Amino acid sequence: METILAFVIGGLFGAGIFMMLRRSIVKFIIGLGLIAHAANLLIFTVAGLTRGEPPLIPPTMTELAEDAPFGDPMPSALILTAIVISFSVLAFAMVLVHRVYQTVGSDDIDDMQSTDT
Amino acid sequence: MPLLLVVLAGFLAAPVAPLLSRFGRQREAGWLLPLVPLAITIYLATLIGNVADGETVTASWDWVPALGVRLAFMVDGLSLTFALLIAGIGALVLLYAGAYMEGDPNTDRLYGWLLVFMGSMLGLVLADNVLTLFVFWELTSISSYLLIGFKHAEDESRDSALKALLITFAGGQAMLAGLILLAMTAGTSQISAINLGGAAIRADDLYLPILLLILAGALTKSAQVPFHFWLPAAMAAPTPVSAYLHSATMVKAGVYLLARLSPALGGTDSWFYLLSIVGALTMVVGAFLAFRQTDLKLILAYSTISVLGSLVMLLGIGTTIAVEAAVVTLVVHSFYKGGLFLVAGAIDHETGTRDIRDLSGLARTMPVVAAIAGLAALSLAGIPPFAGFLGKELLYEAVGESEELGVALTVAAMVAKALLVAVAGLVAILPFAGRPSQAARDAHDPPMRMIVAPGLLAVAGLATGLAPSLLSRPLISPASSSILGEPVSVKLALWHGFGTVLLLSAITVVAGALIYAGRRRMVAAAGTLEPLGTVGPSRIYDHALRGLNWLATTQTRLLQTGFLRHYQIAVLITLVTLVGTTLLWRANTIQLGDFDDLHVIEIGLSAMILIAALTAVLTNSRLGAVAALGIIGYSVALIYTIYGAPDLAMAQFLVETLTVILFVLVFYHLPGLAQLSPRKVVIRDAGIAVACGALVTGLVLAATSEQFSPSISTFFTSKTIEEAHSRNIVNAILTDYRALDSLGEITVLALAGAGVFALLKLRPAGTGSDEPPIASSSAVPSLILQASTRVLLPVLLLFSVFLLFRGHNDPGGGFTGGLVAAAAFALYAIAYDAESARRALRVEPHTLMGAGLLVAVASGLVGVLLGEPFLTAQWLSFDLVGFGHLELSTVLAFDIGIYLVVLGVTLVIILSLAEE
Repeated sequence: METILAFVIGGLFGAGIFMMLRRSIVKFIIGLGLIAHAANLLIFTVAGLTRGEPPLIPPTMTELAEDAPFGDPMPSALILTAIVISFSVLAFAMVLVHRVYQTVGSDDIDDMQSTDT
Repeated sequence: MPLLLVVLAGFLAAPVAPLLSRFGRQREAGWLLPLVPLAITIYLATLIGNVADGETVTASWDWVPALGVRLAFMVDGLSLTFALLIAGIGALVLLYAGAYMEGDPNTDRLYGWLLVFMGSMLGLVLADNVLTLFVFWELTSISSYLLIGFKHAEDESRDSALKALLITFAGGQAMLAGLILLAMTAGTSQISAINLGGAAIRADDLYLPILLLILAGALTKSAQVPFHFWLPAAMAAPTPVSAYLHSATMVKAGVYLLARLSPALGGTDSWFYLLSIVGALTMVVGAFLAFRQTDLKLILAYSTISVLGSLVMLLGIGTTIAVEAAVVTLVVHSFYKGGLFLVAGAIDHETGTRDIRDLSGLARTMPVVAAIAGLAALSLAGIPPFAGFLGKELLYEAVGESEELGVALTVAAMVAKALLVAVAGLVAILPFAGRPSQAARDAHDPPMRMIVAPGLLAVAGLATGLAPSLLSRPLISPASSSILGEPVSVKLALWHGFGTVLLLSAITVVAGALIYAGRRRMVAAAGTLEPLGTVGPSRIYDHALRGLNWLATTQTRLLQTGFLRHYQIAVLITLVTLVGTTLLWRANTIQLGDFDDLHVIEIGLSAMILIAALTAVLTNSRLGAVAALGIIGYSVALIYTIYGAPDLAMAQFLVETLTVILFVLVFYHLPGLAQLSPRKVVIRDAGIAVACGALVTGLVLAATSEQFSPSISTFFTSKTIEEAHSRNIVNAILTDYRALDSLGEITVLALAGAGVFALLKLRPAGTGSDEPPIASSSAVPSLILQASTRVLLPVLLLFSVFLLFRGHNDPGGGFTGGLVAAAAFALYAIAYDAESARRALRVEPHTLMGAGLLVAVASGLVGVLLGEPFLTAQWLSFDLVGFGHLELSTVLAFDIGIYLVVLGVTLVIILSLAEE
């Protein structure tokens, strides 16, 4: 499954970068969203996929051996942070694009080459 | 300790002049500041006795122990001689400058940099560690740059300063490489130790590269041919600077380096031939070019180059006599050249010109200056009983005795010295003799300070000539001993009896007088060699500099186009090339996983993600793109669910919902998706995107082929119950083990929220849009949605609090709870309008944001109050009647803080956008 996900992540990244290279600033935001998903999936995949074993210790277990059968908690912690932060960054980027469009009047990034636009 | 003070005194005294002029006391600075080098001179003079007896004074401190770099200083004969020259002449120059620069508002800058230079030069000659030497070497280059470019408004000053800087820096870099190689070969970076192991260094394979690199530094600094052309250009500096740096001290730094490293590097054939040939060539070329100049300072500059050449040549010869000659010439030259430069400055100051064609008869109007000039010039010409005669005699003796090249060197020396005799006439006879010219008529003797300084130097030249033992025992002998590496006792005397050397001196003087008498014809004859100047090193430098500038401009214009896309493409292509090449190189380590364990759902989800991504790229509909993004988000959340990350899945579902709402709110105001680029550009971008995607795929495949060491995860899993009292390991990591990271994360959230607030709410009136906001009371209401929302809101809020509290032991936590609460209020805003949602919230969302941050930080401070690091979790366990065993902790407070921040930020964003 890691292999298939590798291609999925590659596809998402490629799509995201293509959108970020466009001249329309609206497409830029869409690209940003795509890359955010790709990055999260990347961290998740690279850490190793274990099916159906959440990193939660049942109430019956009080002593734990070193090789306890739980999923890896580290990537979950990292990605949770990443999800929330990329949401806020995406929101900020969207509002910024909105204000830029209001001020400049055009959504073409080539019209915004100098600060005197 | 006193040695360190000697070096640092210049640096510490440098700000005194600007400080004094701040209080309006600039003139006092001119009297106070010369006291600093005077004090240094007096202190150094007290060391003369010890050093002459063969002792050395040292001081050293650790600087970078791991690399063996020490700040080390040593006073022996050679460094004491140099240091006395630097400090003594420094005092005189500072005194002179006080009168010379009278009325110039920038004088305090001159004082400051002169003092910094003096400190750097002292550090250079006193250094006992190769890196200490290098640091001070470069400091002298920098202070010289600033002093040459003192009148920075003039193009010529700036260009000359840059020329000097570039050449000495380039040489300095080569010298650094040579010094490091030398230290590595010798096994120590202490110069005195290196000099003791000379034989081993000379036998080493690296000897020639070391020699060449160090020579690069020494020859550029001491203006040897072909690096000599920066010195005449440096005459753009004010005269005190020219007298101090470019005749008496800084240009001799290269000679000092050669002298200092003679025990280690000297004595071989390469040393002899390289130094004597370059030195002799410089000696003759310098004297020849000096003779052809008309500006007093330029004459003196070229004659300095000539004398420096003779010093290098003598060090190359390396016999005892040669070394003695070198030391004597060094000292004597500082006396008379410094004096002549200061005289030239006085003439310039009084008459306004330095051109010898416009000056004559100054002896009538400036008699004292004339006398001083005469004394100094007689030393330059090497006439007894002046000290210059001593130096010249020793020079002839040394070249005569030289085994190889003896005849050639003697001829070269005689030619150069004869020309210098003529030069002495140009400097001391021409401007002063005869009837006063137009410029000379209004001149008079300059202020006292401008007479005392050159006067003392000229008199010193006479005194040391009449009583050579003043110099020989205290200075020349110890210095020669340091250079030769064995003790010598030098006896100087004016009269050596009739012999070849005296004959050569006599011939030289006569020849020089003849040249002077026939100077007009000689200069005209020399003019035929003028075309040689076009291929000279100065032209090469100019061309090189222009070429460098052209390269920089063209390259910048190519790469910095002003289009963001081009920068992105440059970064991406570099990334793909570099990482891709490495990946391909190690492609054999990548294993594709096995395909036997797949479920249909997983394949379906993956296909859905890819199709949705393609849709988002190709579609022209905004809502279509948003829907595609939403599908991707939910599919990813389902993948998280399948692979056992419940916290992640919940967060992803909620975030995706909120993101879709956000997109819709924003796209309402933005134009449709347009195809703006031509087809070729689209294909190019698609190619780059595919390359990046392939790179990432390769990276993931490579990463999943590796076996991870799970040590961190097993640590958390095994410790979480006893230490964190938690069964949800992810939550324990987020709020307890890595609480500081989470604090940073909610700060970022708060910043993004504040940014959105500022962008939308804090702007000048009248810049909003004219359309009605998307979520306003004029929108068509949906009764069903409104009714169900009224019921759902309290339930959802209760659920969010439940998630918050259970998070520590089951899936949930502050993030998830906050997102659920935010989604609830967003739903309310959609059903009714933003205004009603705010009323339902009762507080402003940004207040929630700030309160959350405060609570989170406060929960961390509880640990600090109890003496533990910030954010250490504190637990309180007790038994409550009816509830059983309870455990309260600051971790819960931290989680509440996260909850509030997430709720506040999300609502700030959504409600502000909804009201647009």
